[in-house]
Amino acid sequence: MEYVIEMLNIRKEFGNFVANDNITLQLKKGEIHALLGENGAGKTTLMNVLFGLYQPEQGEIRVKGKPVKISNPNIANDLGIGMVHQHFMLVDKFTVTENIILGKEITTGGRINLKKAEKEVRDISERYGLAVDPQAKISEISVGMQQRVEILKTLYRGAEILIFDEPTAVLTPQEIKELIQIMKTLIKEGKSIILITHKLREIMEVADRCTVIRKGKGIGTVNVSETNPNELANLMVGREVVFKTEKKEGIPKEDVLDVKDLVVKDARGIAVVNGLNLTVRAGEIVGIAGVDGNGQSEFIEAITGLRKAESGSIKLNDNELMGLTPRKITETGVGHIPQDRHKHGLVLNYPIAENMVLQTYYKKPFSKNGILNFKEIYSKAKKLIAEFDVRTPSEYALARALSGGNQQKAIIGREVDRNPDLLIAAQPTRGLDVGAIEFIHKRLIEQRDNGKAVLLVSFELDEIMNVSDRIAVIYEGRIVAVVNPKETTEQELGLLMAGSNRKEAGEGTHV
Amino acid sequence: MSKRLRNILTPLIAVVLGIIVGTIIMLVSGYDPVAAYTALWNGAFGDVYYTGEVIRQVTPYILAGLAVAFAFRVGLFNIGVEGQFIVGWLAAVWVGVSFDLPKIIHLPLAIIAAMVAGGIWAFIPGLLKARFRVHEVIVTIMMNYIALHSVNYIINNKLNQGSSKTGMIHDSASLRSPWLQEITTHSTLHWGIIIAIIGCVFMWFLLEKTTRGFELRAVGFNQDAAHYAGMSVNKNIILSMVISGCFAGVAGAMEGLGTFGYMAVQGGFTGVGFNGIAVALLGGNTAIGVFFAALLFGALKIGALSMPLEAGVPKELVDIIIALIVFFVASSYIIRIVLDRFGKKEVK
Repeated sequence: MEYVIEMLNIRKEFGNFVANDNITLQLKKGEIHALLGENGAGKTTLMNVLFGLYQPEQGEIRVKGKPVKISNPNIANDLGIGMVHQHFMLVDKFTVTENIILGKEITTGGRINLKKAEKEVRDISERYGLAVDPQAKISEISVGMQQRVEILKTLYRGAEILIFDEPTAVLTPQEIKELIQIMKTLIKEGKSIILITHKLREIMEVADRCTVIRKGKGIGTVNVSETNPNELANLMVGREVVFKTEKKEGIPKEDVLDVKDLVVKDARGIAVVNGLNLTVRAGEIVGIAGVDGNGQSEFIEAITGLRKAESGSIKLNDNELMGLTPRKITETGVGHIPQDRHKHGLVLNYPIAENMVLQTYYKKPFSKNGILNFKEIYSKAKKLIAEFDVRTPSEYALARALSGGNQQKAIIGREVDRNPDLLIAAQPTRGLDVGAIEFIHKRLIEQRDNGKAVLLVSFELDEIMNVSDRIAVIYEGRIVAVVNPKETTEQELGLLMAGSNRKEAGEGTHV
Repeated sequence: MSKRLRNILTPLIAVVLGIIVGTIIMLVSGYDPVAAYTALWNGAFGDVYYTGEVIRQVTPYILAGLAVAFAFRVGLFNIGVEGQFIVGWLAAVWVGVSFDLPKIIHLPLAIIAAMVAGGIWAFIPGLLKARFRVHEVIVTIMMNYIALHSVNYIINNKLNQGSSKTGMIHDSASLRSPWLQEITTHSTLHWGIIIAIIGCVFMWFLLEKTTRGFELRAVGFNQDAAHYAGMSVNKNIILSMVISGCFAGVAGAMEGLGTFGYMAVQGGFTGVGFNGIAVALLGGNTAIGVFFAALLFGALKIGALSMPLEAGVPKELVDIIIALIVFFVASSYIIRIVLDRFGKKEVK
C-alpha cells in the first residue's frame, strides 16, 4: 500500500506538557483521512508538526516513503503539503487573485502580470469546480467563498496533500454541502486530504478512514465504512457518550422573563428586532430557533443591556430592565453566556481565576473597601474549575492558554454559579466537541430543574430540538411561532425559520 | 523560558546592545570608548555629588514614566505627559509663590495643585476620547503646544519677576533640604525622590490590588468584555487619563518645588514628558520597571555631562546611545525571537 504521508510515533512536548504522545498517522493516496479528537486533544499540534511549524521531539515523517525533515512551512509547501486554515489568512482589501499569488507572484520585467495570474487562477478554479471569481475582492465575498480561495491558494502552490483544519466550523449548512462536493472532486483529481474535525456526521459522510487521538495519545485508525458515530464518539471521549441528553419533563412555573413589543435597532439604524414578544417561565428552557441575522444577537444584547432598545418592555420578575446598565441587569438576576467568548466572555490576558469573578469582583468576599482579596478569588476559582471540569494547568494560567471548550466551561461555571433567575445561553456549544456539548447541555437542564429560566439561542437545530422545552422561532425580528419540540420536526422548523407561516409549515401544536 | 524572565531579559539585552553599538560608533568616529564609558560611569556614580544629581534627575523621569505607563495599561497612549508636566510645574510654583503657609500645609498644597493641573490637562483628551472617540494621541499632542505657550504667556505677563521667570517659591513649599545637599556635597538633590517612590508603590497597588485597578486593566485588555461585565468603559478611560495626568503634574512639581524653585519661560519642550515614553517602554509599563528604567536614563543623562571634559567625547553620543536603547526595546520582537530559540534549545 502506498502512503503519501506517514507520521510515525510523533511526540511533541511543550515544557512538561506532552501535546502529542506517540501518534501515528498514515495517509493513503487519494483518500480523505479524518483526524478526530476533542478540543485540546492535540490535532492542531500534530498538523503543525506536519506543516513545519513545530519540530517533533521524537518520531519520523515520511513523504512518499522517503524520510524528510520539515523545519519550516516552505519545506512543507515544496513537498506538496498545503493547509487550509480554520482562520483564513487573507488580505481583505486584495482581490482573490492578488491573495492567491501573494508570495509567489508572476512577474514580467519586475511588474506583476495580473492577467496571466488571473487566467491561471480561473483555470484551477474551473478544474476543481470551485466557481471563484478571480477579480472579486475578499471583503465582498462570502465566508464559504473565502474558504475556497484558501483552497485555491494551496492548489496554486502545487499542493498534493491538503490539510483542512475544522473547515465546516464557519460555514452554513448549504456551504458545507458544497465543500463536501469540492473535497470529493479534489480526490477524483488525485489529491489526498487530511480532515481535522470533531463533527462525526461529516466524517461518516466523506472520510475513508479516521485516526482518533485522545488527550495527546494516538488511539487508532478505523475504516469509516466499518464503524458508526457512536463508536467514533466513544473512541474520542474514552467513554460512552449520550447523544440525546436525558431530561425529565419540565415543570414550568411563573413567568420570569416577559418581553413585550421590543424594538431594537442595529448599528446601521435598521430595526432588526421589530415588535418581539416572548415569555420564559421558571423551570423551562426556551430555545430560539432562527437563521443567523434575524435579530437574535440584538435581542440578547438588549436584554443584557449591551445595546439600547428603542421601545417596548423587558421585565424580569416584574422589574423593568429597559434602560438599566449591564451591571444593574446582572445584579437583578440575569446570567449571560455570550455568543462570542473571546470578544465578550473573557479577558484573555487575565488569569482564569480573575475571569471567574469578572462580574462579582467588587462584591464581598472577593473584595473589601475596594481592595481585592486574591485568596478568596483564587479559592473560588479552584472550586469552580473542579466543579465544571475546566482543564487548565492551574487557576493562574491566562484564559488565553485554554482550549475553546475549556474557556466555555469556565464561562458557564461563572454564570451558573451566580445562580441567576434567567440564564441566557447564546450558541453555548459552538465549535465544541461532543463531550463538552454533552456537559453543557446537562448544566443547562440542571439550571432548569433548579427552577431557573433558561433562554437558549442556537443555529444548530439538533441542539434546539434536544434541549428546549419550548421552541420560539424568530424571523425578521419577531417570534413567528412557538412550538413543542415533541410535536414538531426539523422540516417544519426549517420552513418556519424561512418565513413560511404555520399553516404552510404543517401541523404543530401551539404550546 | 518563563515569560517573566523573558520580560526582564529583553530590556537588559536592549541596553547591552545599545552600549555595544555605541561603542562601535565611538570607534568609527575615532573616540576611545573605554575612556568614554569610564567618564560616563564616574560622572554618574564616581562621587556622591554626581549620585545626588542622578537621583535628582531620576525623580521626574520616574513620575513621567509612570504617567505614560499608567495610561498604556488601560490601553491609552498619553503623548501629552510633556504638557501635563509643564502645567503641573507652573501650578506648583504658583502656589509656592503666592501663599504663605506652614510647611505641613503649603508643600502638600503645592503638590496637589500640580496634580490637579496635570489631571485637568489630561481630562480633556480623556473626555473627548470617551465621548466622541477622538483619538487621544492627536489631542494630547495639541494639548502639549497649548500648555507650552499658555504657560509662557502666564509667566511673562502675570508672574514675571524679571528675566522672564517667576519669583522663587517660599521655603515652606520647597522640597529642598540642606541636609540632603550637605551629604551629597552640594548637589541639587531634594526630597522628591521619596514622592516618586511613593508614586511607584501607588501605581502598583492601584492597578494590581484594587477593584478599580481590576476594572482599569480589564478595559485596557478588552473593552467589550469589560462592558459585558458591567464596568463603565468610558468612566475608566477618563479616570485613567486623569490619573496619568496627575503623575505628570507631580513630575512638574518636582522641578518647580525641588530642582529649580521657580519656573522660567520655556524656549521649547523640556523633553521630560517624551523621555517618560521611553522610560515606560523600557520599563515594560510596570511600576518597578519604570523605576529602574528611569534610573538608567537619569544616570546616562548626568554621566554624559562628564564625557566631553574627561574623555573628549561629545555628550550627544549619550543621546545616540539612549536612542539606540529605545530602538532595541522597540524592536524587542527580534530579541524575543532569539530568546525563544535559545529557550527551546535549553529544554532539549
